[in-house]
Amino acid sequence: MTYALHFGLTVLACWLTVQVLARSTWTWRSPRVAILCWQAVGLAAGLAAMGLPMALGLAAYDLPTGSALWALVGELRRGAWPAGVTAPQLGLVVLGCGIGVVLFTTTLRSLHSAVRAQRRHRDLLTLVARQDPTVPGALVLDHPSAAAYCLPGVRPRVVVSAGTLDLLDRAELAAVLTHERAHAQERHDLVLLPFTALRRVLPWLRWVRDAHERVALLVEMRADDKARERHAEAPLAGALRRFAAAGDRITPAGTLGLGDHDLELRVHRLLDSGRPPRLVGAAALTVTTTLVALPVSLFLS
Amino acid sequence: MTRLGELERAVMDVLWDLLPGRSDGLMVREVVDALAGRELAYTTVLTVLDRLAGKGMVRREREGRAWRYRAAASREAHIAQLMLDALDLGGSRDAALVRFARSVTGTEAEVLRAALSAAGEPSAPGSPATPTARTTPAGPTTPTGPVTPAAKAPEH
Repeated sequence: MTYALHFGLTVLACWLTVQVLARSTWTWRSPRVAILCWQAVGLAAGLAAMGLPMALGLAAYDLPTGSALWALVGELRRGAWPAGVTAPQLGLVVLGCGIGVVLFTTTLRSLHSAVRAQRRHRDLLTLVARQDPTVPGALVLDHPSAAAYCLPGVRPRVVVSAGTLDLLDRAELAAVLTHERAHAQERHDLVLLPFTALRRVLPWLRWVRDAHERVALLVEMRADDKARERHAEAPLAGALRRFAAAGDRITPAGTLGLGDHDLELRVHRLLDSGRPPRLVGAAALTVTTTLVALPVSLFLS
Repeated sequence: MTRLGELERAVMDVLWDLLPGRSDGLMVREVVDALAGRELAYTTVLTVLDRLAGKGMVRREREGRAWRYRAAASREAHIAQLMLDALDLGGSRDAALVRFARSVTGTEAEVLRAALSAAGEPSAPGSPATPTARTTPAGPTTPTGPVTPAAKAPEH
């Protein structure tokens, strides 16, 4: 029972950490640390969600969940009904495994569909995008709307539209390109993937939505930081402002993406930058690492 | 860009740029001739066309013992598709792209969708496609923009 309690507490602690993380503003000054924290919390929550029903079902063994699971599997394979385990308890164990399978397959499915969409996108780019001397290393789409994005992958592509070329001046454009290359280099698509997948399974859960939106914003801020290292704040902030001003205030229905609010946040962050909060960051990392360590140790022992 | 990608692009350019005068599609030989500067073998062009057909970029119709090839959608439609992805208007929830920022007006989104649907479903004979009539309110016109109507009336 104590093991189930551990998992239960982990779930609770994850929920609390998400509440705190989603509200903190120090995360904007060290986006990389904050992203690591979110990943740790996500992993801990997933493992604990699997572990809680399993531990409840395996209470009869009085062993850590990992060992108890092995013992159960051993007995079932010998064809014996495990002693002291009732049918509802077995059901709980199956439920725990089911949660694990769902989480894993959803992530895989997300990855699969993302890769397929990327391949299709890449094929089309090959046919219609052009290279342009003003933006070496990037591809240009001849369209008057403003867009700048990165097609991630082993050979990533940075793409801007003709509308973007008109919208931005040289320095701003260079900052945007560095921003996009940072996405590609640090594989931010893979950082986002599990959160997208989770949101797909649990679209009605608010803290899953929060987590996804926070991480998406942090990833942008991280790329902003990389661009700022090379080009200073002004051009990047200028580019963000121009995008914000050019776009419509009304987001079309059924789309995610960046709201104006996020653009404002990013601009403000660039203009009054404080020092990265090392102490808070370290503390947050310690807490979230402990959160992961707990369910992992229960599964491994 | 890979050599194959470059070839595919060259072949598509021929289909897009030569076709308006030729409503019935091009034979492989005609594509080879149009690419005369590259000195490509007939079989190379055939292979590229087959690959493109496999990807759904090209449609082919049998004529006697030979095939006629035609672009499945206009260049503008493909660009519209890419822009919908880029602006996150495609309705997909995949983390396939990472965007800097998006900037789009409601009208632009409409125009993009119109360009796409006009190309997706073959327009009925006698109802000319309209989307190009109301493209981009005041935006600068792009080089490829006004070349062709968004949908070429395809087969019968």
